[in-house]
Amino acid sequence: MTRFAVISFPGSNCDDDCVRVVNEVVGETGYKVRHDERTLDRADVVLLPGGFSFGDYLRCGAIARFSPIMDAVRAFAAAGGPVLGICNGFQILTEAGLLPGVLRRNVGLSFICEDTFVRVEGRQTAFTNGLEPGSVLKLPIAHNEGNYFADDETLNRLEGEGQVVFRYCTERGETGLPGRPAAPNGAARDIAGVSNVRGNIVGLMPHPERCCEPLLGGVHGRQLFDAVLRTIAGDGGPL
Amino acid sequence: MKTLQPPYTSEVIAAHGLTDAEYARIEAHLGRAPTWPELGVFSVLWSEHCSYKSSRVHLGRLPTKGPQVIHGPGENAGVVDAGDGLVLVFKMESHNHPSFIEPRQGAATGVGGILRDVFTMGARPIALADALRFGSPDAARMSHLVKGVVHGIGGYGNCVGVPTVTGDVMFDPEYDGNILVNAFALGVARKDGIFLGRAEGIGNPVFYVGSKTGRDGIHGATMASAEFGADSEAKRPTVQVGDPFIEKLLIEACLEVMSTDVLVGIQDMGAAGLTSSSCEMAARSGSGLVLRLDQIPMRETGMTPYELLLSESQERMLMVCRRGEESRLVALVARWGLDVCEVGTVTDTGRYVCTWHGEVVVDVPIGALVDDAPKYNRPMAAPPPMPVLDLDALPVPHVGAAMTEALLSLLARPTIASKRWVYRQYDHMVRTGTVLRPGQGDAAVVRLPETSRGVAISVGCNGRFVALDARRGAAMAVAEAALNVVCVGARPLAVTDCLNFASPERPEVMYSFSEAIDGLAEACLAIDAPIVSGNVSFYNETHKRGILPTPMIGLIGLMDDASRAVGQAFKEAGHEVFLLGKGDFGLGGSEYAALCLGALQGPAPSLDLAAHRLLLDTLLTLHEAGLITSAHDVSEGGLAVCLAEACFEFGVGLVATVPTTGARPDVLLFGEGPSRVVVSTQDGDRLIETCRFAGLACRRLGLTGGDVLSMRLAPAGHSDATTTLFDAPVSRLRDSWAEGFEQALKGARDPASVGPTTQETEP
Repeated sequence: MTRFAVISFPGSNCDDDCVRVVNEVVGETGYKVRHDERTLDRADVVLLPGGFSFGDYLRCGAIARFSPIMDAVRAFAAAGGPVLGICNGFQILTEAGLLPGVLRRNVGLSFICEDTFVRVEGRQTAFTNGLEPGSVLKLPIAHNEGNYFADDETLNRLEGEGQVVFRYCTERGETGLPGRPAAPNGAARDIAGVSNVRGNIVGLMPHPERCCEPLLGGVHGRQLFDAVLRTIAGDGGPL
Repeated sequence: MKTLQPPYTSEVIAAHGLTDAEYARIEAHLGRAPTWPELGVFSVLWSEHCSYKSSRVHLGRLPTKGPQVIHGPGENAGVVDAGDGLVLVFKMESHNHPSFIEPRQGAATGVGGILRDVFTMGARPIALADALRFGSPDAARMSHLVKGVVHGIGGYGNCVGVPTVTGDVMFDPEYDGNILVNAFALGVARKDGIFLGRAEGIGNPVFYVGSKTGRDGIHGATMASAEFGADSEAKRPTVQVGDPFIEKLLIEACLEVMSTDVLVGIQDMGAAGLTSSSCEMAARSGSGLVLRLDQIPMRETGMTPYELLLSESQERMLMVCRRGEESRLVALVARWGLDVCEVGTVTDTGRYVCTWHGEVVVDVPIGALVDDAPKYNRPMAAPPPMPVLDLDALPVPHVGAAMTEALLSLLARPTIASKRWVYRQYDHMVRTGTVLRPGQGDAAVVRLPETSRGVAISVGCNGRFVALDARRGAAMAVAEAALNVVCVGARPLAVTDCLNFASPERPEVMYSFSEAIDGLAEACLAIDAPIVSGNVSFYNETHKRGILPTPMIGLIGLMDDASRAVGQAFKEAGHEVFLLGKGDFGLGGSEYAALCLGALQGPAPSLDLAAHRLLLDTLLTLHEAGLITSAHDVSEGGLAVCLAEACFEFGVGLVATVPTTGARPDVLLFGEGPSRVVVSTQDGDRLIETCRFAGLACRRLGLTGGDVLSMRLAPAGHSDATTTLFDAPVSRLRDSWAEGFEQALKGARDPASVGPTTQETEP
């Protein structure tokens, strides 16, 4: 069984959802690891879930990155272990310097909860291993700070290195339509998710764990979990 | 706040919301004048908000019993049996007054408070809903209030991680001076894991858990027990400030503590803060309490006993711990980074005693505070009859283009228009249980955790019908909520209510309150769904002008297989569409009449509860047979709006033919009333047969398909000789509906352009 450690910070609120999906839908072992612990308990995969860690006071993820468990997460990632940050988890990874860029307030300044479409692109990462480049996934977002930002030089470099792994798009996979930004939150170049150079750390704003069952209106999120299982099994991928 | 000594002046007594007679009663109970903190304690516990002094004599007429009921009114929330060893815990509560003064914090703390009522009972909150009433969008401050309330609800619910899955938003100028914010929460617990607010076991220690106490919200309950005048702005300090992050920690800490055996009882500090939580716990158990106020964690320096007792600082709990388990409790709570400290002891004295650095500052019999609170049978008088709508004075819109324009205008009314702008700001998917999202079905459906079953939730009440006929209107609110739940395929289980009325000191308000109670009772009995929790909010008036009486209903239902939940939209072309039920309808109290006349006129349509029950039962039979592919009840905006809404989600059109009955086309299209549902099916013959067998009226309207919604009139038996009432592309109708809410808030819609183009001609 592949072991998924789900990091639980004070204020994380999608930790139970991630554990549940791993255990009951994907059929592997999911368990929570508290922010104040120091080891990941034999994790094969680390998930940083969504929520409002430490209330998102100060700046999203800015306090969580100092949690004792983050040393273990850094070490795990440095050894090439697959780490996925979802929503607040993505924000924490950028604050921790494990992923480039920052997440700013949504343009329009309001929280947005709705289904979005994202296009799979960039390099093969631990969580997109085996996904068809250019394929379109329907994944829901729920955030107030998902407006991805980095300077042009960084954005060019990310695109050049294939580190932009998910881009908001239309249902048919289009981006850059005149007068119609695909990103609902104002994200630079419609970026919904990025990876590190090595491809073992991925962060994205949409919530794959919310769409792994037909009952909840979508199953595309399952593809990220299946991808990392392929990666762990050594079936292609970056590791 | 300055500490005063007795004797108190009449002004001081009045400022505490007490009458001279009530103050005299306090002195009689004590045999002396109350101390300053005692006066504060009586003031909040005897307030309308806490004591229900004007409503108690009527509330006893509500049906609260049934085989499904485990705990009815009187606990923090109602508890009903959901089977499989699980219970559902739910309640709705008002936060009207604070939300009008400070919309964002007022609404946020309303959500926080109702969540605490639910998890206090040992239940994990799984869904939130909100019923909101606003005034005319262009009234003073209204767009600020709408934005603030929605922001507040979202900001709180999103952070604590409980999905806001449904709601109900209506606009009417009668709410210009008093908006309504009614928050609903639902939780699930194991049947053997329910906790009650009890202070039992002499000598057991009392613990304070959660946020520190500050000076916010002092006299919030008293504020919510008075009407607004020119000084409402000055009441801003009585509004509490919420911290959803602490609430999230409190939920996790409390549920963890409750999974052990260290607690005897637990109660949240809601309205009237520490005073009401501690007194209610002791009163329920017939015990007494000693509280050491100087031990309470304080946020500010120089706080007095009076302020500590009356503060409504948020995110605080009171726990009674088993003697000997103190260190376990402290360790469990401290792990979540929350304050936890021992502040008192359970006694057998029947007295409520508070000390301050060793000195007794409060010593009163608990019975006097809670059970002997004033109870009034206030005078009642039937209000003058409401004006009756004169149809002849209302021009009939031309069939065709003018009728389409009328429909477009109705669809753009903020009461009818898409609420996407609202629910997009609420996380409605967290906890991965939301099966029918906001806007998808007549009721929301969430998965009952660890089962394949579903819980359906509907909230609402059309106050216009209650204003026209309180008894009938209140019954219609229950009837509609039940129909919504049945439309998605669930069986009604139980009800919570939130009774929003104007000043009980006006006899006509009290009369409508009493009538509404009887209407609720009749309807709940007719659908076998008892009322298990609720709250009363009086004094929703400003400068003596009251709101529409609004007994808001929250109704839950259960379904065996959540994956069979049915939405309101036509799914694809080729499905047959039927109108089920023969409910009365008309333009009295309708949104169309509000659009054309800008004034409320009657009569309210009549409601036949037996016929309604038949509709509910037959629709459930049709669901069980798998015959229903969509179901949407006919409510605000009438049949035309109902059909249009069913076309929107999947962009599937319909040509509907209705028989000529002699009714005016505007009444036919836009008339409102209970007990009618539009359904689509893949097997019309079996549906007709089932309805015929049940004795339910069932009329075929047409076949889904195309991208146009069209309604035609045909003489019975002459389906070829039709008159087209209107004919419009679904996309055009949808644009009007999709943009209406935001347009109304922006005030971009030119008031002169609203309303149908009319001409005095018959079709």
